[in-house]
Amino acid sequence: MNAKVITITSGKGGVGKTTATANLGAALASEGKQVVCIDADIGLRNLDVVLGLENRIVYDLVDVIEGRCRLSQALIRFKKIPTLYLIAAAQTRDKSAVSPSDMVRLCDELRPEHDWILIDSPAGIERGFRNAIAPADYVIVITNPEVSAVRDADRIIGLIEAEEKGPARLIINRVNSEMVRRGEMITPDDVTDLLAIELIGIIPEDEQVIVSTNRGNPVVLDGKSKAGLAFRNVAQRLQGNKVPFLELDESKGIFGRISKLIRPGGN
Amino acid sequence: MASFVDRLIRRKPRSAERARERLQLVLIHDRTDLSPSMLEKLKDELIQVISRHVDIEAEAARIEMMREGREQRLIADIPLRHARHTRG
Repeated sequence: MNAKVITITSGKGGVGKTTATANLGAALASEGKQVVCIDADIGLRNLDVVLGLENRIVYDLVDVIEGRCRLSQALIRFKKIPTLYLIAAAQTRDKSAVSPSDMVRLCDELRPEHDWILIDSPAGIERGFRNAIAPADYVIVITNPEVSAVRDADRIIGLIEAEEKGPARLIINRVNSEMVRRGEMITPDDVTDLLAIELIGIIPEDEQVIVSTNRGNPVVLDGKSKAGLAFRNVAQRLQGNKVPFLELDESKGIFGRISKLIRPGGN
Repeated sequence: MASFVDRLIRRKPRSAERARERLQLVLIHDRTDLSPSMLEKLKDELIQVISRHVDIEAEAARIEMMREGREQRLIADIPLRHARHTRG
């Protein structure tokens, strides 16, 4: 095995980095792949609660880097999917406790034993972001169809290119098909056109994401959730399989096309 | 069909359209670090330099930023005045 390292980042906070990391990790692991999710958001850790592992943390990322434990002691197994592991962020330290080369070394040590290493980046464009992208083979930028999130995504895409980690790939999260239909939310096509990078996922807004997070379960384990299905499709695309994008909404097909014809300059 | 009716009664453009247009401009300026006022200044200076060598229609000159994927391009459209005598 020689794991691929993927960093999930966004620029803006609160757009769904942690949810995406947990769900892509769970989707890949439920296919039997060996997966480690690393929470690189030191001081503001959250991947542990999203995966329901908050009570099982003994050692964290900084403990490994500073040599207080062996790497295997910091790997927390997610019991429902036995090939999924978490390395938690330290909660009482700050980003300066880790350097980009520490992250590269850690991932190099993990690569031979795993198929995928997913890194949950902190928001922002500073040290924590640089730590998170340093070991990446490629970077996923996640955004919402809102002006501030798209603007920050564009900024971070530029920085990823400058660090020679590009081209980044795009996930558009929390797409509300009803608002898109009414013309009150930017369409995934428009976001992709503005950001001009490859789209690998459109995740519909879905209450089940909050419900599963309340329980500490990734939503991909919920067979009925639309967001869960969309995340499983992204996991397929990461593995090089061609999967069509979900129709956001059955009525969108015809109405979407008509409204595009009517709207002047609307394509 | 709400959108069709909106169009018929010429209601203001829906917010997604505004968001897209605003983002187009914001991203161009974020990517190039060139504000609209700097672009205006650049245009004035370019016109000065060019008019030192050729006769141009300064009022009709346009300088715009164009987007091609993630690349930005500065497009200058500067009409020349008719030369008084052509050289062949």
